[in-house]
Amino acid sequence: MSKNAIGREIPEELDGVKLTPFDGAVKHTPLVRQDKGNRQLPRLNKLVDTIEQAVIKSGLQDGMTISFHHHFRSGDYIVNMVMDVISRMGIKDLTIAASSLMAHHDELIGHIENGTVTQLITSGLRGKLAKFVSAGKMGKPVLFHSHGGRARAIEVGQIKIDVAFLGVPSCDVYGNANGYTGPSACGSLGYAMVDAKHSETVVLITDFLADYPNTPFSIDQDLVDIIVKVDAVGDPKKISTGATRITQNPRDLLIARNAADFIVASPYFEDGFSMQTGSGGASLATTRFLTEQMEKKNITASWALGGITSQMVKMHEAGLIKKMLDIQTFDQDSIESIAKNRLHTEIDASYYANPLNKGCAVNKLNVVILSALEIDLNFNVNVLTGSDGVIMGASGGHSDTAIGSGLSVIVAPLVRGRTSTVTENVLTVITPGESVDVFVSDRGIAINPRRKDLIEHFKKVHLPFSTMEELLEKAERLVGKPDSIEFTDRIVGLVEYRDGTIIDVVRQVKALD
Amino acid sequence: MKIVKTGMAGSLESSDVLITVDSNPGKGRNVNLNSIVKRQYGKQILKVVDETLEQLSVKDAKIRLEDKGALDCTIRARLEAAVYRAAGSESYPWENLT
Amino acid sequence: MKLRRTMLYVPGNNAGMMKDAHIYRSDSVMFDLEDSVSLNEKDTARFLVFNALTTLDYGGIETVVRINGLDSPYGREDIRAMVRARPNVIRLPKTETAQDIKDVEELIEEEEKACGYEVGTIKLMAAIEGPLGVLNAYEIALASTRMIGIALGAEDYVTSMKTKRSPEGVEILFARSMILNAARAAGIYAIDTVYADVNNEEGFLDEVKLIHQLGFDGKSVITPRQIQPVHDIFCPTNKEIDHALKVLEVIKEAESKQSGVISLNGKMVDKPIVERAERVLEMAKASGINIDELEDDYNE
Repeated sequence: MSKNAIGREIPEELDGVKLTPFDGAVKHTPLVRQDKGNRQLPRLNKLVDTIEQAVIKSGLQDGMTISFHHHFRSGDYIVNMVMDVISRMGIKDLTIAASSLMAHHDELIGHIENGTVTQLITSGLRGKLAKFVSAGKMGKPVLFHSHGGRARAIEVGQIKIDVAFLGVPSCDVYGNANGYTGPSACGSLGYAMVDAKHSETVVLITDFLADYPNTPFSIDQDLVDIIVKVDAVGDPKKISTGATRITQNPRDLLIARNAADFIVASPYFEDGFSMQTGSGGASLATTRFLTEQMEKKNITASWALGGITSQMVKMHEAGLIKKMLDIQTFDQDSIESIAKNRLHTEIDASYYANPLNKGCAVNKLNVVILSALEIDLNFNVNVLTGSDGVIMGASGGHSDTAIGSGLSVIVAPLVRGRTSTVTENVLTVITPGESVDVFVSDRGIAINPRRKDLIEHFKKVHLPFSTMEELLEKAERLVGKPDSIEFTDRIVGLVEYRDGTIIDVVRQVKALD
Repeated sequence: MKIVKTGMAGSLESSDVLITVDSNPGKGRNVNLNSIVKRQYGKQILKVVDETLEQLSVKDAKIRLEDKGALDCTIRARLEAAVYRAAGSESYPWENLT
Repeated sequence: MKLRRTMLYVPGNNAGMMKDAHIYRSDSVMFDLEDSVSLNEKDTARFLVFNALTTLDYGGIETVVRINGLDSPYGREDIRAMVRARPNVIRLPKTETAQDIKDVEELIEEEEKACGYEVGTIKLMAAIEGPLGVLNAYEIALASTRMIGIALGAEDYVTSMKTKRSPEGVEILFARSMILNAARAAGIYAIDTVYADVNNEEGFLDEVKLIHQLGFDGKSVITPRQIQPVHDIFCPTNKEIDHALKVLEVIKEAESKQSGVISLNGKMVDKPIVERAERVLEMAKASGINIDELEDDYNE
């Protein structure tokens, strides 16, 4: 027996369980203010003045892993801003684990060349940085993951993030953050939410300090260590456009019409179905033709997933889609919707697509419409490398939704310029053919022969069906047979399937003479 | 055909090619190709250029191609037009082109 | 029955469009060497269309080339090239008289003979774009056995008529009626003018409904986006198809019973009604509707 801080007799042990005596109200809780009074600021002030102070306070050291999200898309200032500071501070050998990287992040090339960054883990690469990697100029290969695969890797600790630098459109002094308040609103913070939950240290960077509590919040105060206020986290004009407009490109519209015709004639088009569309021209335009058919046949969708755009919001508001689950919000209309609409729910990347949690949304998906850079005779899809072998895209949620959904529809023109989308073998496999159900192009539709049920179902339906072999022949009759791209033996990228296995590698492209 | 001046045809739009033909007296054919699909179709494009020049009996010429993914038939059409312009000719032997 | 509901304009100097022209499932594609090609690109467009037609596979879709008029410095060369490129149809713009057609035909025949092609393979179409042409529509329609259709070109026409186009189109009603009547009298196709305001979908639909009601066979379209709406409007409704099937059914019945007067729902079924029914079914089949299946349903 001993007396605790307020003089009560407490046994040292009871039934073999050790007991710790009370030692005062604030002894073991450093974040609680010890002096009562003004509670304007929390005991532990999480706010620092500069990125540099945040980096110092985070304890970032050589060899660590840091993370970023891509909700600000092409308008993001965070990656370049933070890396510039870290690089000047002389910290070396960092791994960047970003949910994705955009073309304007090519400033990273300098940080790679000076040794600040030695590895990249990302969904995709674009522009000069992608060319830089494809040319074999980075030491370690880039690890490409899907959105669901990244959430899985972070949750199981395969990717261990030391410091997450997360730009947020708004947060309060304690770290409650959301994506739809403030001048740089981006909507859902779904990818960032995973990093906030699982990183050792979480730094929030915002340009809008909201009054406490900044409710509703997507990132909770209890996950946040450090907050920095900056002038701007991104360029609002590039973070989102007003409303995503349906393309007027006749070829995309033709593909979209074919895709909608196919879906409408499929067994999946029934009252209460669920769907996801990509943000590409043809994929998005499919919603226009689906809307017509849903209205005509009096069919409503129970929910939509994704990548929410103004098209989805319009369909929801017209009563055609009951609910929306939102991992990423693409335009101003959708941002306003997620801010005010209870039936438009923000979800994180694990909820969206982590194949190893107790249930992710893609598993409940009936129909998904996806794009492709290349698709081959085995229905394998490439969304990462161009026809010249150079990295130019992103894995995204492609493989997650393809396998999760009942019907995965790949839409693309059969020929772009002089490049055939259908090839004998795609250069890089992101999504394995066994998870792809149909390819819809402007010059024909090919059902995966593995889907015997679909082939049987569509026997009586009059649509421009072909085999993939016929489509390849049709394309090559037009553009000719291309020479094979020449690669060196050097591996510059590893493509991780969503379960963590390696589905393909990307090799260095041989320089042209 | 004899190239007497600079002849240009085509455009830099997608699926087109801009071809410039210049004289190159006594020095044979000099072809300079820039293409967004050079890795896949560079050899094929040069073959089409060669065949077309052969068909038009062009022996000496400097040819520059800025290709944006043109099909063979477009390359042929642009090259024929550029050569005729560069030769200052306005009568076209269509019978030889079929 | 050859459908000519839609004839898609493709500017003759546009390499990108040349390649995709047929994928939008218009009934015909028309490569234009005339107004969409600037004067300093007449030669390059001719080379491009020539090579496209001699190389690419347009999947059986009717190919038409609009040449420059013989009053221009380009028309004759266009004919020399295009006879060798062998489109299905050559379309002459701004046709005023039957003689215009005869002049073109003579040149075509000359080239056909020079190439050793069978004379008469290439068909002809005339665009009528002025008051004189409208008055001569019937003679133009009959000017050659190659003639398959006459089309109205309204933009030049309304200017000559000292007016401009209106949404209701009352200013071209006379021209439309003349051309349609001439085409019907000559037994060839009547094709309506283009609708230029590509983003006005509603106005376009109104116009297509109007010309469909007038009896036109189709319309020239300037963007692939205009194709499907035309086909939708020209496609017979289920009710029309149903009625047509019933008409043919009672005819068949009457023939087997050798009865004289035939009636359906108390209305007499005579020759024009049978002809219309047959046309409805042909149009439905051509529009991709599976009549056999419908017939099965009907028999059940």
